[in-house]
Amino acid sequence: MHSVVCIKQVPDSAQIRVHPVTNTIMRQGVPAIINPYDLFALEEALRLKDRFGGTVTVVTMGPPMAEAALRKCLSYGADDAILVSDRAFAGSDTLATSFALTSTIRKIMENMPVDLIFTGKQTIDGDTAQVGPGIAKRLDCQLLTYVSKIVDVDLEQREIQVERRAEGGVQFLKTAMPCLITMLEGTNEMRFGDLDDLFRAARYDLKVWNKEAAGIDDAEMIGLKGSPTVVSKVFAPRPRSQRAEMIETQDNDPKNLAVTLLAKMFTQHPKLEKEIAKRAR
Amino acid sequence: MSEQAKKPARKKVELDPRFINYRHVWVFVESERGEVHPVSWELLGEGRKLADALGVQLCGVVMAGPGERGRGICAEAFHYGADQCYLVQDPVLTDYRNEPYTKALTDLVNTYQPEILMLGASTLGRDLAGSVATTLKTGLVADCTELVIDAESRNLASTRPTFGGSLLCTILTQRHRPQMATVRPRVMGMPEADTSRSGQIIEVPFSMLETSIITKVLEFIPDDTRDKPNLPFADIIVSGGRGLKKPENFQLVWDLAQVLGAEVGGSRPVVQAGWIELDRQVGQSGKTVRPKLYIAAGISGAIQHRVGMDGADVIIAINSDPNAPIFDFAHYGIVGNAMTILPALTEVFKSHLAQARKAG
Repeated sequence: MHSVVCIKQVPDSAQIRVHPVTNTIMRQGVPAIINPYDLFALEEALRLKDRFGGTVTVVTMGPPMAEAALRKCLSYGADDAILVSDRAFAGSDTLATSFALTSTIRKIMENMPVDLIFTGKQTIDGDTAQVGPGIAKRLDCQLLTYVSKIVDVDLEQREIQVERRAEGGVQFLKTAMPCLITMLEGTNEMRFGDLDDLFRAARYDLKVWNKEAAGIDDAEMIGLKGSPTVVSKVFAPRPRSQRAEMIETQDNDPKNLAVTLLAKMFTQHPKLEKEIAKRAR
Repeated sequence: MSEQAKKPARKKVELDPRFINYRHVWVFVESERGEVHPVSWELLGEGRKLADALGVQLCGVVMAGPGERGRGICAEAFHYGADQCYLVQDPVLTDYRNEPYTKALTDLVNTYQPEILMLGASTLGRDLAGSVATTLKTGLVADCTELVIDAESRNLASTRPTFGGSLLCTILTQRHRPQMATVRPRVMGMPEADTSRSGQIIEVPFSMLETSIITKVLEFIPDDTRDKPNLPFADIIVSGGRGLKKPENFQLVWDLAQVLGAEVGGSRPVVQAGWIELDRQVGQSGKTVRPKLYIAAGISGAIQHRVGMDGADVIIAINSDPNAPIFDFAHYGIVGNAMTILPALTEVFKSHLAQARKAG
């Protein structure tokens, strides 16, 4: 059983601050982490390896520093890691990214057939959820998004059954492998890697592929040229024109504050008063 | 993905001549088992403005199984602003599956050539949008919060949060068509239904054999929605944050919510700490809400939270820190200890409502 897991190194968005004057991201000191949603994908691939044996290959496209994220994956128990890195990828949007990753996966397939491709449901920096579906379409394989559970894998028949979080319910699906799965969050818990894997990860000679190694001859398909979307402007959310009307009383007693608030609010928003009365009845 | 790496585009970029004849604004009307996802109506409201700005038609796209109320959904789409609807009904479209839906929507786009195609950023919409955009090799902007037409170029300018909502960016798809965008539920307001409106239904045949589709639906188990919170569509929400200090204190939020008949929400830290369930998280990584009244207790108002509740009609903020960012966008602010203010609010609302009941 050979699974390829696509991951991304992202800035920890919980720790990002915007410079109040220049409105730019202050990257300094913001740690780079593995996109948290990708860990559910990696753990699921590792569980399948526990059950059926085989190989887990981790792939990321990114700058040289993304190597750290791959080593982390190796320490959890991934067998092989490939960093796809080339200046020519700079500025890639989701369409160009799915092109580069698909080409990489095809290259991997030349050496060893791939049964399953995993991604997280989305990243926490881009939040688009588009790269996984993009890879599936380009590989012309089946796409199973928001998978909450892998129910059964039949390696002989090359079939897989999953539970999928659909709109308004759970779908039980059966499909053929290879297919691409995006894992839902909270469906498993990442293991602690063992000590052997930790040492192996530190020493491992992970592969760094440039665009040629990833099988990309046509530079028109990647980077800015391969990206139909263009960012025309980046800006900070504008503050509301008025700050909140602060409710104060002389004694600042909680009850008096509450009474003052209600009186003000219901005078200024009479419809709201009716709405609340109607609902609370 | 790495939108942030790009330099702003300044040069005027011409549309690829292949797409010169692409016209009209489309909204994918998402339905399952005859139930339309409300985000589709919100999109039609927004699509109406875009179509008017462009001087073109607004079209709904409805896909369903043969026995389902496809024409009924089209009629509703006209009420919410559509001029025309494309209706595709086929047995393979009964349950949502990526392959037949992608094929049906891609075929429609290639045949009728819209310049804009919008979908809801639901689980279904996100699954479908990414697949269709890749198949068509066009640009797709996810989770837009603002959509406007650039009058000169006729391009769609799609604004979306980036970096977890810390910044906003405006994205253009200048050379390709259709320009695709998804919008999360409740980001746009719900338009008024005008039942006097009607329009033209164009039934489009679809021939895909079930035997040619690889993925099979073995079973579908609908959610038990009886006890499920539905924050995006709640009219009143009382939310708590880290300022409540202890999980026990969250009871004060529940108490006020009960008096108001409100839903209970929370910020990311309290959800991560397990004080309330994931379905109640408001913000960039949780739900987008649009209530008539939003009460935030002990929530500082980090941008990640703000992008999820900014659309509330009235926001009351309670926070002990007078410099908390939430006071920059709330309508009413109380500087104080949420643990004493919340019970006071509960009591005062309760007696006010009792009086209102007596009076009226």
